[in-house]
Amino acid sequence: MSQQYMLHVNGVDHEVTDGWLGESLLDTLRDRLGLMGTKGACTQGECGSCSVLVDGELVCSCLVMAATATEQEITTIEGVAPAGAPSDVQQAFVDAGAVQCGFCTPGLIMAVHDLLERSPEPDGTEIREQLAGNVCRCTGYGRIVDAVQQVSVRRAGSGSSS
Amino acid sequence: MSVDERTDAPPRAGVLGDSITRPDGIAKTQGAFSFSSDESVDGCLFGATLRSPHPYARIVSIALGPAWQIDGVRAVITADDVPGQPTYGLIAHDQPVFASEYVRYVGEPIAAVAADGPETARRALAAIRVEFELLEPLLDPEAAIAGAHDPVHPDGNVIRHQRIEHGDLSVAGDIVVEGTYEIGMQDQAFLGLEAAIAFPDDGAALGNGGGIELHIATQWLHEDQKQIAACLGLPAEKVHVVLGGVGGAFGAREDISLQVHTCMLALRLGRPVRMAYDRGESFLGHVHRHPTTISMRHHATADGQLVKIEARFVFDGGAYASTSSAVLINGITMAQGPYRCPNGEIVGWAVRSNHLPCGAMRGFGAVQACFAYESQMDKLADACGLDPVEVRLRNAMVTGDTLLTGQRVLNVAPVEECIRQTAALPLPNTPVGGVPLPDGEVDVMQLPGGAGRTADAGDVVRGIGWGVSIKNLMYSEGFDDYSTARCKLADGVATIKFATAEVGQGFVMIATQIARTVLGVDDVVLDTIDTGVGSAGSTSASRQTWMSGGAVDAASRKVRDQLLAEIAREQGIDVNRLAIDGTDIIDTAGSFRLSVTEASMGRSFDEEVEYRHPETFDLDERGQGDCHTAFAFVAHRAVVDVDPELGLVKVVQIATAQDVGVALNPLSVIGQIEGGIAQGLGLAVMEEIIQVDGVIRNANFTDYLLPTFLDMPPVVAALIEQPDPLSPLGAKGVGEPPCISSTPSIVAAIRDALRSVGVEKDLDRVPVRPGDICL
Repeated sequence: MSQQYMLHVNGVDHEVTDGWLGESLLDTLRDRLGLMGTKGACTQGECGSCSVLVDGELVCSCLVMAATATEQEITTIEGVAPAGAPSDVQQAFVDAGAVQCGFCTPGLIMAVHDLLERSPEPDGTEIREQLAGNVCRCTGYGRIVDAVQQVSVRRAGSGSSS
Repeated sequence: MSVDERTDAPPRAGVLGDSITRPDGIAKTQGAFSFSSDESVDGCLFGATLRSPHPYARIVSIALGPAWQIDGVRAVITADDVPGQPTYGLIAHDQPVFASEYVRYVGEPIAAVAADGPETARRALAAIRVEFELLEPLLDPEAAIAGAHDPVHPDGNVIRHQRIEHGDLSVAGDIVVEGTYEIGMQDQAFLGLEAAIAFPDDGAALGNGGGIELHIATQWLHEDQKQIAACLGLPAEKVHVVLGGVGGAFGAREDISLQVHTCMLALRLGRPVRMAYDRGESFLGHVHRHPTTISMRHHATADGQLVKIEARFVFDGGAYASTSSAVLINGITMAQGPYRCPNGEIVGWAVRSNHLPCGAMRGFGAVQACFAYESQMDKLADACGLDPVEVRLRNAMVTGDTLLTGQRVLNVAPVEECIRQTAALPLPNTPVGGVPLPDGEVDVMQLPGGAGRTADAGDVVRGIGWGVSIKNLMYSEGFDDYSTARCKLADGVATIKFATAEVGQGFVMIATQIARTVLGVDDVVLDTIDTGVGSAGSTSASRQTWMSGGAVDAASRKVRDQLLAEIAREQGIDVNRLAIDGTDIIDTAGSFRLSVTEASMGRSFDEEVEYRHPETFDLDERGQGDCHTAFAFVAHRAVVDVDPELGLVKVVQIATAQDVGVALNPLSVIGQIEGGIAQGLGLAVMEEIIQVDGVIRNANFTDYLLPTFLDMPPVVAALIEQPDPLSPLGAKGVGEPPCISSTPSIVAAIRDALRSVGVEKDLDRVPVRPGDICL
């Protein structure tokens, strides 16, 4: 059973024509809209690799039915920064050595942007608690915490948020 | 020295010693990096695999007809359709491409389909009817050893047996400690699931057609090529393997999973075919860390000097051999740990069962051995009345010591330095139970149990534990272990080509650093990673920095020497006086100076080199022989908080000093150390594949527990930099040691915490479960 509906993703309307109604937002983003930056690793909401924002709320897109996300503002990794230029969080991940295989990275970038919006100067415990829904198998998390702290300090210094 | 304290900045950005960042880093943060699961092409079909629901059964019949009835199904294939060799395997070719007569584990492939869409493919699988005659599975490794079960495979139930005897076996120690230890089955749990896309060759790429191009996330492109070609009945040159983006590996991508199936479907249909596993299928589709039972008896003098080790290892290899025979040898040859011991008798078996097949995972046999020997060292310390650090220092191996295999350790062996520098690292400054909140209340998130909010701060006790380990680097037992690299220098640009699988470890940084250092050019380009150049061997055994690094170094040196020879001839300067100084060619006895970029304009040099490590040898019947190439060492100190009543554990800190030779990219080394420790922590207190009657019960990330940000503590690390003269760049592989002795250090810390409240627990099994602590 398929039905046509619209998704508003990264400021652009996308018509979904060939999806089936129970399809997850993760699969719809990847397989129908070709937005491959959002990754699927567990498809049951345990690892955070598929994190996106729906109306500003960080969610696992594998747990959201795509057809319920119409009329909502969806932001994926492709829309987190202006095309081409990395955000301060993305740059800090690379500089701090927070990226190895990189499969968890897009989801973490979404989660870190969200965290720093809500709490611009988190301490180590808060960072770990707030990001605990995102699993990384390569890094052991230390360099990721470092990257988040670097961004937090830089933003506080420059008085800006990007 | 810790990375933060490093003051000796490299002479130039981007050379060896500089913590350059990943060339693929920004793309990975943007979601723009293409993993193998992201690859697709218009018109491609979707493959799926039918798997056995039984651990051991005879296949009576397979009815494919109902699958063919479904609209959109394009191919249905079974063992009857395999064009070449019906089986594959890394060492023994004992694993069928598809089961034909028998299925030997839950998850064994029986058939595959290709369809217009993934849902259609899944419906087709559901329509296939297989009739089984159920057989009594072999689930007890001791039954395999005792011959108490009929062979479940024509190759028999014992994959390999090996004995090591060294020195005087009649000696006994003043002090004897013993124990039996169990290690559970761990999953590599890479995040990027198995996926591949196969393109049948239309004649353009591989000559006259009939071949296949496979884009796959793998650890070893040429081994895949060899095994795929054999099963397809094609010459190797007809199988072109291109590295798809790899989302972690940790050993699980060394074996064949969906490679042959994808290629068979694509060749049969003459169309591109994609296959991708979901998480549940991934648990069935790759090999795991061997569950192992190890009994050890250590003899020592009254003052704690080891005099003899007796040990018995049993590795459950599961249904097929994979690398079990090599894992066995790693385990038993590491039985003494990083400690001198003149006498020993070790026996080991790797056996077959109807459990999930086991093979490579980071640490490869050394992990299991280490949990046993480090638990023993703590027992020895207790028996001798010594501190755990002191007993380890008294036995610490040094360069030149002889192992129980009779092999001398010729590498740098800074075991004592690893221990002393770890001990010198600061202990955590957080109080037991964590730092209170600003209002003075307990921060429950820092208590054992964390978000479960169940531990009572007043009950929490702290413990400290130690683990020290040895790991062999590279391949062993006479394997022709080499890596190939090609270096081209033209018009100021160096292009490096290799088939080294980049799985996240960062060889793509090291390779450019080597070329910049040797050649004196800043502009270094990496060519596509594929089988268009000779084999690099596997990205495993902590071997690529040494092996492929050695190959890139040698190829770059050959090119440099040719450039210098041409310049010397043209300038009329003795070539022996020319050298590279930064980015310039200089006359060391004159004034000539010319940048390499300028010097290479209008010229082109191209060299391919195979780098080999020194030959290794088989073990003889008594387990004697120089079977290993090189060794690396590390020490770990764990601090844990434990709630003894609830059995909950919070790891508070891991301190480590690791023997790295030279840190070619210090930030990458720290990344390997922290990542490896997280996997060691997982094995210590969280991670285990549970099988009941041969059926996996937790093939998902809800029930298979992975360490999160909150489980993983801060790591304080020191790098022991003593360049190894046997290594081409002085560097040792750093990937495996972090996950070897971190595990026993955490368990020792739990025992220590419990002892502080008068509770003695053996904790002789990992992962340690709450019930093991509190019941």
